[in-house]
Amino acid sequence: MSTTISEYKRCTLVTFEGRIDSNTVPAMEETLKSITDAGQFKIVLDMSKVTFVSSAGWWMLIETQKTCHRYNRGELVMAGLDERIHKSLDLVGMGSYFKIFDDVVTAVAHF
Amino acid sequence: MHTASFLARFDSLESIGNLVAQAAREAGFDDNAVYEVQLAVDEAATNIIEHAYGGEGKGEIRITYQITSDSLILRIYDRGIPFDPHMIEKPKLHLKLEELSPRGLGLYWMRNLMDYVHFEFTPEQGNILTMSKRRIAN
Repeated sequence: MSTTISEYKRCTLVTFEGRIDSNTVPAMEETLKSITDAGQFKIVLDMSKVTFVSSAGWWMLIETQKTCHRYNRGELVMAGLDERIHKSLDLVGMGSYFKIFDDVVTAVAHF
Repeated sequence: MHTASFLARFDSLESIGNLVAQAAREAGFDDNAVYEVQLAVDEAATNIIEHAYGGEGKGEIRITYQITSDSLILRIYDRGIPFDPHMIEKPKLHLKLEELSPRGLGLYWMRNLMDYVHFEFTPEQGNILTMSKRRIAN
């Protein structure tokens, strides 16, 4: 699992790579918290290199989404989500909690 | 019958995922079904580490699998405390974002992604979780 962060004019782009599971969630959670703690609540998550997301991963992203949504100050959106991962999210009705874009350019343009 | 043992730690989850992905491919599953098997087993292994053993590094997770003419049958063994699936609350879905709280999603996925999910406990073997998935189920 590796992470890169890029600052854009209107949002922060975070790229995760690899698996999002109980082993990698703590480090990712810290990364996202450092961004929201710094007052950035408009976040694009580039998921195009993510190969797996477990429920622990989704709960972490849901918590980040709650933080971003508070006071209507922003939101977490995703780009390039693998179709199988998207399907597993829809199966539990959680797909509706995130806007999912085909690619990073469209996602960044959303803000 | 294939068998493999892993330390009950979160950093074993990737190796466990690789093993069952290989098993699912051997069983002739497509990429979608391979992912579903990986997800169900990852949730099961995570539950074992968190609930049966009550933390990391307290035992082992043993996985066996067999491929029949139409199915993949997985068995996951651990020596933690007996697991009662009825103790896990059903996830509340379709709530407002602010009302969501983490519970029960793993078990829900296991039951929805696999065709058969059965928990048992024997004093000799500990917890045994049997899950199977049919090749035609997609």
